[in-house]
Amino acid sequence: MRFVFKTSYDADISLFKHRAQAVWYSLLLLLVLATPLYFVAIGDAYLLGEITGILILAIAGMGLMLLTGHTGLPSLGHATFMAFGCYLNINFLNAGVPWLIAFPLSGLIAGALGTMIALPVLRLHGVYLALATLAMSILTSDFVVIAEPWTGGIAGAAVPDINIFGMEINRYSTPYKFYYLVLFVAILLVWFYRNLLRSPTGRSFTAVRDSEISARAMGINLTRTKAMSFFLSATAAGLAGALFGHSAGYVTNETFDLVMSITLLLMIVIGGLGFIHGAFFGAIVVGIIPVAIANGRTFLATTFDVNINVPGLESALFAFILICFILFEPMGLYGRWLKIRTYFELFPFYRKDMFKRQKSYLKTDRVQ
Amino acid sequence: MSLLEIENVTLRFGGLVAVDNVSLKVEQGEVFALVGPNGAGKSTVFNLISRFYDPANGSIRFDGNDLLQHNADQVPSFGIARTFQNIELFEQATVLQNLLVGRHRHRQTGMLSNILFAPKTYREELRHREAVEEVIEFLNLQAYRDKMIGGLPYGVRKVVELGRALASEPKLLLLDEPASGLSVEETQDMAFWIEDIQTQMGISVMMVEHDMGLVSAVSGRVMALSDGKELATGTAAEVQSDPAVIEAYLGTGEISKTGTSRA
Amino acid sequence: MVFGRSTVDFLQLIISGLANGCVYGLIALGFVLIYKATEAVNFAQGDFMMLGAFVCIGFTNHEYMGLNFWLAVPLSIIVMGGLGYLFNWGILRHMFGQSQTSIVILTIAMGFIIRFFAGATWSHEPTSLETPFAGQDIRSGGLVLGIDEVLVVVVTAILTLIFFLFFSRTRIGLAMQAASQNQLAAYYMGIPVKRIHSLVWGLSGMVAAVAGILFASKGAIDPSTGLLGIKAFAAAAIGGFGSLPGALLGGLIIGLVEPLASRYGPPGVSQIAPYAILLLILIFRPGGIFSQTQRKKV
Repeated sequence: MRFVFKTSYDADISLFKHRAQAVWYSLLLLLVLATPLYFVAIGDAYLLGEITGILILAIAGMGLMLLTGHTGLPSLGHATFMAFGCYLNINFLNAGVPWLIAFPLSGLIAGALGTMIALPVLRLHGVYLALATLAMSILTSDFVVIAEPWTGGIAGAAVPDINIFGMEINRYSTPYKFYYLVLFVAILLVWFYRNLLRSPTGRSFTAVRDSEISARAMGINLTRTKAMSFFLSATAAGLAGALFGHSAGYVTNETFDLVMSITLLLMIVIGGLGFIHGAFFGAIVVGIIPVAIANGRTFLATTFDVNINVPGLESALFAFILICFILFEPMGLYGRWLKIRTYFELFPFYRKDMFKRQKSYLKTDRVQ
Repeated sequence: MSLLEIENVTLRFGGLVAVDNVSLKVEQGEVFALVGPNGAGKSTVFNLISRFYDPANGSIRFDGNDLLQHNADQVPSFGIARTFQNIELFEQATVLQNLLVGRHRHRQTGMLSNILFAPKTYREELRHREAVEEVIEFLNLQAYRDKMIGGLPYGVRKVVELGRALASEPKLLLLDEPASGLSVEETQDMAFWIEDIQTQMGISVMMVEHDMGLVSAVSGRVMALSDGKELATGTAAEVQSDPAVIEAYLGTGEISKTGTSRA
Repeated sequence: MVFGRSTVDFLQLIISGLANGCVYGLIALGFVLIYKATEAVNFAQGDFMMLGAFVCIGFTNHEYMGLNFWLAVPLSIIVMGGLGYLFNWGILRHMFGQSQTSIVILTIAMGFIIRFFAGATWSHEPTSLETPFAGQDIRSGGLVLGIDEVLVVVVTAILTLIFFLFFSRTRIGLAMQAASQNQLAAYYMGIPVKRIHSLVWGLSGMVAAVAGILFASKGAIDPSTGLLGIKAFAAAAIGGFGSLPGALLGGLIIGLVEPLASRYGPPGVSQIAPYAILLLILIFRPGGIFSQTQRKKV
């Protein structure tokens, strides 16, 4: 454990707690910047595409984390906002809007649409929001079909390539450029997210999450604050959706389905609710599980001649991992990481109950 | 003109009259206490001032403003801060963050400026933190500054909640049972703080309290309530010797018969 | 009494709609029970229903155990009640006091596991429950009523009545309500909050079994049928979360709207209709039809 003697307010406000932390994050940045070099060396960029996919999931995850992890509002419909972002982006690009304008604009409009849909329910208890977003998520596929002129309906729509001042970026032909682009968006959003959390707006979000009644007594307008959080959250999801489209190359009415919405939610819980890191950790798990299962299957089939081919195995395994986390590590992977880190920092003085929170009875949330 | 003026306020929950035609005034710079048996409607008066409840009739004016024209989240902007009977802190945040939320009514930057952490936001943060550090110093919370609320003992939480209310630099502080659950020493500290808040900071205090020791130590005027009705108002000693109040507390006369029905 | 052709059609539609609606209503009843008593929302209730149906199929269908139908029904109800009880005792109880969001997520995850389990155990093929009254019907004036459909309506009505009386009249029912309104206070009052929660979960498992048996006796069921739970959710929200008659009413509304929309509306509308109604209700009458708004005490 490092004791930081704070001598100015900057010490509390700055992005990093102390110099060593800044060094570690710089190293991490260097690592993610240098990752493509490895794939250049081996001459196969397939895995880099997977990593890019994880980053895109993490961007959507950050959006949902802000809403669920920091404002305490569950959403079962974030894939819908991704769909908004994706289809808006496609239509803007097809209409000849430059990508640099089309991309942020699709995110912002997705955010605005999401907020309009959620606004009536935001006054109610969180469960109603979960329900409304669930209904929205189920209807998404139908609406994509209905809006065929813009979405291509069941047949699907091809996603145009990215063009930034004449530089063409495509997931397959220029995987490295695409990786750096997604990485840039992810880092930018992390920076925005961190800024938000260390300023009044972010604090009002967490206040609403922890005690609505007290937040009101401190002068926080609940509906406005929730709507703000929802807007930012849906915007991030919209941006992720647009990038997802570029990554997939082709999207249909089944791309952004309920399973995706639910996966996003499960993902941030596994990663660690209430931590930005959680969105990334969760995305990594979601990215790795299918690969691990596929490998496990091949291993069983080749070594023991056992063929396991049960539909739903992936989701079930994922769900099982999730239940274990909720039961044994409610703070998620990031929480586990914090504990391990503290253990080594304090060795041998770590106590088991260091992170223990006072157990509380469920306070009724039925404000109205 | 008094700081807070409540006139003929009545609140009913279904058939139950929780506050019955109560009028009171809190003057600038005084400590005003509400006492009375459980269920007398003391906290309900606070919730009416906070605008969590709508009174059936009557008026509530603060500093020349008609509070009934405003929502609960607008009340703090007039300079009213409060604590809660069952501590309502932001559990998954540090003490510092809790106190900073208390500064919410003074914020001047919007969402966009916050996301970019523009220089304006930075300067504002410095101001907030300066104000909060003063509160931390005043309440001796340095040791808990970066601790999560979730792991703090009860007595400290109580102080943090007081600190959060103070951080908003109110004109009127509503304290809902500030000493309940505190040890004798902690209660003494609380009494000193309330005195300092009144004399040094010039903040008026209105409190609900059962501990008559604390009440008589700090308050100028005391109002006794029972069954939502005013029994007596005066100094602590006057109220304690009022026959109606004694009757309500000892539970003999008419009042207690109706009183038991509302447990 | 003889009806005209289109009238018969319409009545037939109404009756099958009512029967479907009753199943939705029963599922909705299951989670309103849980919501009322524990304030948790069980997003896996539809999967509980599906599992209940498969358990009964496993007991009574000839390719599995082939037990007598009238023995299999109480057995599956008991099994599902036990599962509900165990689910709370083994998993949910350990997250006592965690946020509702975690509980929502946990039950969603549970649904995935149940779907996987059912698929692995009883296959993904649509299967029907073999009942002694399969194919029998009551005819009257050109109207053909399947016994299964009539049975669904009757059983649902009886169950709703029982639950209504249970919550408003019996000591334990009242204790359950008290436990939901303030867990800590209920605990202090000597109400065994945790045991009551387990009981409620058991009870709702039993209701799910009944819903599943009724559903599978009038049509085929497969593991993904559990997703019906989402419609039942819509039903509960339409009726007003926390209201038992509301849950049933909401179920009936959805059950009736679906066949009518598919018969008389443009194509595709019948799928969207339940959720569209849900969204409309949430926007214009957020508390549901029987809205029960409560304020938190501070």
